[in-house]
Amino acid sequence: MTPAISVSALTKRYGEIDAVRGIDFEVAAGETFGFLGPNGAGKSTTIKILCTLAGPTSGAARVAGHDVVRERDTVRRNIGLVFQDTTLDNYLTGEQNLRFHADLYGVPKAAFGPRLRQVLEMVGLWDRRGSVVATYSGGMQRRLEIARGLLHAPRVLFLDEPTVGLDPQTRASIWEYINELKGREDITIFLTTHYMDEAENCDRIAIIDHGKIVALDTPEALKASIGKDRVQISTADDQAAIRALAELFGLEAAMHEGLVTFSVESGEQFVPKLFGALPVAIRSVSVSRPSLDDVFMSYTGKTIRDAEASVVDRNRMIATRFGRRQR
Amino acid sequence: MTAQDTASRDAAARERELTETIRVAVPERSVRADLRAVSIVWRRELIRFRTDRLRAVTSLVQPVLFLFVLGTGLSGLASRGMPPGVEFKTFIYPGVLAMSVMFTAIFSAASVVWDREFGFLREMLVAPVHRWAIVVGKCLGGATVATFQGVIFLALAGLAHVPYDPVLLLTLVGELLLLSFTLTAFGVMMAARIKQIQAFMALTQLFVLPLFFLSGALYPLGGLPAWLTVLTRIDPLTYVVYPMRHAVFAHLPVSPLALNALSPELTWAGWPVPVGLCLAIVAAMGLIMLAIAIAEFRKTE
Repeated sequence: MTPAISVSALTKRYGEIDAVRGIDFEVAAGETFGFLGPNGAGKSTTIKILCTLAGPTSGAARVAGHDVVRERDTVRRNIGLVFQDTTLDNYLTGEQNLRFHADLYGVPKAAFGPRLRQVLEMVGLWDRRGSVVATYSGGMQRRLEIARGLLHAPRVLFLDEPTVGLDPQTRASIWEYINELKGREDITIFLTTHYMDEAENCDRIAIIDHGKIVALDTPEALKASIGKDRVQISTADDQAAIRALAELFGLEAAMHEGLVTFSVESGEQFVPKLFGALPVAIRSVSVSRPSLDDVFMSYTGKTIRDAEASVVDRNRMIATRFGRRQR
Repeated sequence: MTAQDTASRDAAARERELTETIRVAVPERSVRADLRAVSIVWRRELIRFRTDRLRAVTSLVQPVLFLFVLGTGLSGLASRGMPPGVEFKTFIYPGVLAMSVMFTAIFSAASVVWDREFGFLREMLVAPVHRWAIVVGKCLGGATVATFQGVIFLALAGLAHVPYDPVLLLTLVGELLLLSFTLTAFGVMMAARIKQIQAFMALTQLFVLPLFFLSGALYPLGGLPAWLTVLTRIDPLTYVVYPMRHAVFAHLPVSPLALNALSPELTWAGWPVPVGLCLAIVAAMGLIMLAIAIAEFRKTE
């Protein structure tokens, strides 16, 4: 099966600045693939190239089996786009916005009605289709854009920071819709985000920093690759438990936050063993895995916030050089 | 079959409809797809005009002020130069009619700048259609909306003693459409380059008023000082205002002498320019600016 997206040795240069410095990856059909990185790491530039909005400086990219430069229009017909900034007409109703899109993409008239209902019901906006978009909340507008991106049944849906600028509750609800969509539509999703917790929703993640992919794997594998799970237990006799852990498993445990705390390779597999072997009664157990924050830190040597602070200057430089609007 | 059965069958059908992706085969790019894009971009302008009644009303204010306040106020002073039986209001009516579409046409083009600001332009530019289709749709939409605006003002013709002659009205509507199209193309061409709405408004103001004043909309083109004669011949708007006034006076019962004083022939160094050539000049300018606008939009992104 042809991969939904394949990228080889892709670079993009803006003047003297290398926004993307030679990246390679493939996204399988049906996969949800996330590009994770701080602002200015090259996520948006990559998505622009894949969506045919910018040409690569060198290298090649194919989307839905078609070259993004030579077969631009075929690629465009097969992709749905949801940008960081809204691209809706505020003066039109939700339905009018979607009708406009359907006509631009040549959606057959007979298919439009049922498809309109399907995508609007999917994002919970069917009842509000007659309202002018200006009256929608930020979350509703983003949902309408997702519905519009799906209207022409694209094979690949691109979501560039789909939840940026939304409050946590709305972010969570957008993710519910996206996850539901994965179950319903036969579609590949490519998204970018700089929220660590959101990246967990992806089948695979590429971590991008300074225009290069520094890690690419499933969220679980990425987390597993950087270290151990942290196990915290509360027991009838904590000191006895610490001694027993050292004798039986050779683990160095210590008291943290009033709990016996230690690290193991795979917490979930260790806990059943613990119950069988530990001579003291266990009152509670919690296993926490390393977060993607830890992953990002381990691959780039900095937290995502640090990384953002350092790219602000670089972005400003790009912005002034090309007169682009700072986003 | 009971009502309940029907209801449950409907529910099952709905469920199936929701779980199965409705197949949408997006066709290959073709001229037909491009024409469809022209049509939807054009229709969007009409929908927006229909929902924005305030704009329709406010853009009538200026021509009404010119015609009735300036026209009445100056009539005493101007009547000395007017042949008997012709009011000053009637004289300036064709020029003010041209003005009534000017602002609407340019503001329609300003929506390109708004669309860019609000991101909607991107939705259009990433679609699998040719850029020319978007630009042509926009220009036709702006032209239609501005012509509507002109038609509203045309309804007031009787108040300026301009007769409601069907031939005259059709001629004027055709000329308004041509003017609106050229002005929208001019605006869209500017909007391709100018990204800020403030800059766009300032620049169009800079162009629109001189264009209007130099077009002879408020005075006859004959007997002017040499410098003004040259400027009026350079102003493209002159080539619409002259045919419009020509059409109005052809339907008024005035003596040839009065006609010569109020609506003298438009001449290039003594050679009278035919009305048809005037209109052809305006059409050609509109098409050239449209071509430049298309070329500009092809370059972006």
